Amino acid sequence: MHAIVGENGAGKSTLMKTLYGMHKPDEGTIEIDGQVVTLRSPSDAIGRGVGMVHQHFQLADNFTVLENVILGDEPAGRSGVIRLGEARDRIQEIGAAYRLSVDPDALVEDIGVGDRQRVEIIKVLYRGCKTLILDEPTAVLVPQEVEQLFSALAELKSQGLTVIFISHKLDEVLSVADEITVIRGGTTVTTVLPSEVTARQLAELMVGSELPSPETRESTVTDRTLLEVQGVSLDNDAGRVVLDDISLTIHAGEVLGIAGVEGNGQAELVETVMGLQKPYAGSVHLGGEEITSWSTRSRREAGIGYIPEDRSRHGLLLEGTLWENRILGHQTEKPNAKGLLIDRKGARADTERIVAEYDVRTPGIDVIASALSGGNQQKLIVGREMSGNPRVLIAAHPTRGVDVGAQAQIWDEIRKARALGLAVLLISADLDELIGLSDTIKVLLRGRFVADADPRTVTPEQLGSAMTGAGGEGS
Amino acid sequence: MRKFVLALAAPLLALGFALLVTTVILVLSGHPPLEVYRQMWDYGTQPDSLVLTVNLSTTYYLAAVAVAVGFKMNLFNIGVDGQYRLAALFAAFVGGHVALPPMLHVGVIILVAMIVGAIWAGVAAVLKNRRGVSEVISTIMLNYVATGIIAFLLAPDKFAELIEGSNNIGTKPIPPSGQIPGFDVVSGASSPIYGSIVLAAVVGIGFWWMLNRTRFGFDLRASGLSPTAATASGIDAKRMVLYVMLLSGALAGLIGIPQLLGASYTYNLDFPAGLGFTGIAIALLGRNSPIGIIFGSLLWAFLDVSRQILDLGGVSKEIVTIMQGVAVLSVVIAYELVRRYRITAQQRDVGRQLAAEAELAEATA
Repeated sequence: MHAIVGENGAGKSTLMKTLYGMHKPDEGTIEIDGQVVTLRSPSDAIGRGVGMVHQHFQLADNFTVLENVILGDEPAGRSGVIRLGEARDRIQEIGAAYRLSVDPDALVEDIGVGDRQRVEIIKVLYRGCKTLILDEPTAVLVPQEVEQLFSALAELKSQGLTVIFISHKLDEVLSVADEITVIRGGTTVTTVLPSEVTARQLAELMVGSELPSPETRESTVTDRTLLEVQGVSLDNDAGRVVLDDISLTIHAGEVLGIAGVEGNGQAELVETVMGLQKPYAGSVHLGGEEITSWSTRSRREAGIGYIPEDRSRHGLLLEGTLWENRILGHQTEKPNAKGLLIDRKGARADTERIVAEYDVRTPGIDVIASALSGGNQQKLIVGREMSGNPRVLIAAHPTRGVDVGAQAQIWDEIRKARALGLAVLLISADLDELIGLSDTIKVLLRGRFVADADPRTVTPEQLGSAMTGAGGEGS
Repeated sequence: MRKFVLALAAPLLALGFALLVTTVILVLSGHPPLEVYRQMWDYGTQPDSLVLTVNLSTTYYLAAVAVAVGFKMNLFNIGVDGQYRLAALFAAFVGGHVALPPMLHVGVIILVAMIVGAIWAGVAAVLKNRRGVSEVISTIMLNYVATGIIAFLLAPDKFAELIEGSNNIGTKPIPPSGQIPGFDVVSGASSPIYGSIVLAAVVGIGFWWMLNRTRFGFDLRASGLSPTAATASGIDAKRMVLYVMLLSGALAGLIGIPQLLGASYTYNLDFPAGLGFTGIAIALLGRNSPIGIIFGSLLWAFLDVSRQILDLGGVSKEIVTIMQGVAVLSVVIAYELVRRYRITAQQRDVGRQLAAEAELAEATA
């Protein structure tokens, strides 16, 4: 059993997808049983005995377990009639052999998360795979289910199967893996044995121990509260609580950093502040005014700048020109609008200004946004959101997927925003960035703030363990 | 320059392909293609045919714009057909029963048509926003409901009366004060060009202006380009669905006006049906652009008029339907190909230009 650990965006999933034939490597080879293979598609990989269980289950809710398992690989003769009896027998055989019990005739929508995961594993075994890849299998499970999963995996291992699994949770990794590979920034850092390392050392390897470069100097924090979130709770479509009694206060000139493993409520927190999600409890205040019931547009007009996490889905019209993208999100504001009309001249002139001031590398403002590199797209967004005198800046992963040069510029802009007296809410998976830029850090785990940290004293390792719930207080 | 070539390339390629398919079918069915095309051209360019083409395309233009408004934000109002028929019935009924001074009378009729069309489309918007019903499904079904309502209301003791000297029934004719006079500009033609062509021009210019110059138009296009980015930018998706659906329905209400106030002056059993579906095809052909739709509707109308000659020569006139269908299909494909080519070409250009600039900077440094 081999574990792969690393920070968000370190390249774990990409590596696994490559092993599963979903991506083709540019360089290098993959060997299975000592044989160099080229995997063109997942079915190639399955043919070679490599199967994958994705983080998000790929099951049809309105099918039974049996139907889901055989989907795409139905045992049927020439007549096209599926031999369900034969399939049921094999599923029961697999269940008995590996102690993976599920009722083959239950509807998938009626069974729990742990059972669904077992169905996914049976699906892979049914196709005769000898190597199992599990992408963050424990992220969705409660502790008891995690135990069940690990005992099932141990059973697989004892019968000679290979299991590769990805995880953030270092204590889990240490307790079950036989070997651990640490990945950072797209390359392997090292492979260690669990008996040789502690959770702390592993966290250090994960985040690297270089000194934080994005440093902010003397404090500009004032006592003027600009953004206040009080007791906000939110549940998702499935009725699960994703934010649980969240409170935070950001003052003028303060950067509040939120640390957390992805999927612990950061995205929902941002969306709640932006009015894209309606919390069932709690309130949001901007400069002393309650804005809980305000629309997204009113919030933006009132001076909240927003750098979204996923710029191509939420920040830009990829097929729109740069000046049209300058208008996006600020349709009602000067210099983009005059009354109910769009002010093309004003918007164009201001786009030229942003391009020059924020060093957006582009041949002109009439090119479409998707023609620019990620870093230049992001600089355009930052420039746009800093225009029109915002009071609050929400920056979600502002430097994700941008080159080093653009990263430094964006850091500068966030520092500038802080110096100008904005309240900045910074969400980032880059712990150096978080520590370097923030005045205060809060750690979000399963929708709750579990620790506060002082960026002047905390180390990335300490933050890392607080984020993964591996114990160890922030400061 | 390349922009211009690309803009023309897609429709021309698609039409060329449609012509090719039609030619093959003609050859296979044993007709000389060139002779058939010559007949269609000769007939289609007669004065009477030209007037008919222009009048028909006026109606088609309105229908296509009504559809295109929704298409621009990926809102599929398939119910334009029911909306305009219902609107025309009510407008004809009101127009026949009120007595007003000339300009005002026309205005009232148009207003009634727009309101009825908007209300009928609004039903689908409310269903979508409140209950999550796909507007495609609800508008298609509302077409049938509209047909039922019209059949119910277009009866002698309700909205209609027997038209003298025939078995046809229709609403009470609209008096001259409520009619739109035509233009006698084509010499040798027996009927005038609809005065409503002005209405279509105003709608076209208004549509273009709304899309490109107003905040509402920006929100509409943004919603079509990326619903997620639109929401994040503060556009209220539900409100947009409601407004755009109402607008689309109001424009649909105008489709019956050229016929109603320019030719028949009554809504009777012969009132043209199915224009909403033609509008969908033409909106696709014209890529939802106010200018593209002009060419689309002129072409469509010309083909519809000139096909009339084919039966005389023993050629099935359905051959033109095939041509229209292939044209729409290939335009959709051609535009998608051109769109992708354009995006990659621009990405490449930007990359090259920036690299050249960087080199220049290095050389001067």
